[in-house]
Amino acid sequence: MAANPMSQFDVYRIGPEIKVGAFDISFTNASLFMILSTVSILLVFNLGSKKNSILPNKIQLLAELSYTFVSKMISDTAGSKAKPYFAFIFSLFMFVLFCNMFGMIPYTFTVTSHIIVTFVLAAFIFIGVTVIGFIKHGFGYLKLFVPSGVPAVLLPLIVVIEIISYLSRPISLSVRLFANMMAGHTMMKVFGGFVISLGIVGGWLPLSFSVALTGLEILVAFLQAYVFAILTCIYLNDALNLHH
Amino acid sequence: MVKKIYFQSIFFSFFFIKEAFTAESGGMPQLNPEFWVSQIFWLILTFGIMYLVLSKLILPKISNNLESRKSQILENIEAAEKQRNDSDAKLKEYDEIISKSKLEANSIFNQAREKALKDIGAKREVLDKQIDNEIAEAEKEIDALRKNAPDKINKIAIETSSELLQKLIGAEVNNSSISAIVDDLSKRNGDKYYGN
Repeated sequence: MAANPMSQFDVYRIGPEIKVGAFDISFTNASLFMILSTVSILLVFNLGSKKNSILPNKIQLLAELSYTFVSKMISDTAGSKAKPYFAFIFSLFMFVLFCNMFGMIPYTFTVTSHIIVTFVLAAFIFIGVTVIGFIKHGFGYLKLFVPSGVPAVLLPLIVVIEIISYLSRPISLSVRLFANMMAGHTMMKVFGGFVISLGIVGGWLPLSFSVALTGLEILVAFLQAYVFAILTCIYLNDALNLHH
Repeated sequence: MVKKIYFQSIFFSFFFIKEAFTAESGGMPQLNPEFWVSQIFWLILTFGIMYLVLSKLILPKISNNLESRKSQILENIEAAEKQRNDSDAKLKEYDEIISKSKLEANSIFNQAREKALKDIGAKREVLDKQIDNEIAEAEKEIDALRKNAPDKINKIAIETSSELLQKLIGAEVNNSSISAIVDDLSKRNGDKYYGN
């Protein structure tokens, strides 16, 4: 009766199998929702930037509020040097947000609930930030692993810990988003299954939980996108303004 | 009773779900690498295109819009401030003009009053003089009259008494003798009739 709560994360092929060399790059439901998210982002922001009226209409207001929100977030956490990376962080935030929000619609697929997607994003950010750090500071970037004001005895230990924490950044960044999305959606599915299996008599309690969870999940969808973007800003800040 | 059924059904449904977990292929679909390459490919494709379009076309437009609105608002505020200053200056000017004209009006009024007072004074002097002249003339006349009065009265008295005598006696009486008597009487009683 109740479907497997994990089956909502199944990826399946839509249309024919496409193979490039040994790689299968078929169009899947994941691809569909990536395209849906990006197209709706482009649509919203294109509409929001088309006309420039002194009194903005709703969609323009939305676009401009998002713009100022992200730009303020970047300038607050990474300073003015991070301005060239604004477009990337904005795209990142919007992509994650829209994928999360699309996942909240019943029967849809949540792109960000897949570890491979979040890991690719996080790994790209990690590599990018590391490259920026080395370009800006040369080998001086390695000073990041040597915090100032630490007793010499503790220094070897601290450096090892710092290196491990630095290397675990992509993992923590990707797992945080993926695990949050997956757990939330699984939980909603489980409670939905309870509603069905308990029927008209006992289904009301899990139904009310389901309603509350939906609200919570929408909050989490926004919050995780925000956390993803702001952590990127913090990593960028480490690379741009090396002070330790 | 209902409560019992409710909790029992929750309990059983846990079993059911656990069965469902183990029954199907199991584990998380996320860890199945079958479509990983496809997901990576489509992620890079869609995200890359979105990033390019956003960074090259849309975001500059939004930032441009925001900037132009900001500058326009600032300009408007500046213009409004300037106009306010202008109006303040105009108001000051207007106040000055009003106070100046008030002073002017005051001085004109004062001048007019002085002039009027002067005129009135001059006219009054002339009138006073005229009145004085007239009074003097009248007094002269009165004096003349007063001087002539006893003679006339004497004359009247002489004529009347001569006529009276003529009627009473029936004979003509010498005027000169009557006048002597009247003169005598009037000298005696003069004070009684013409007492000043």
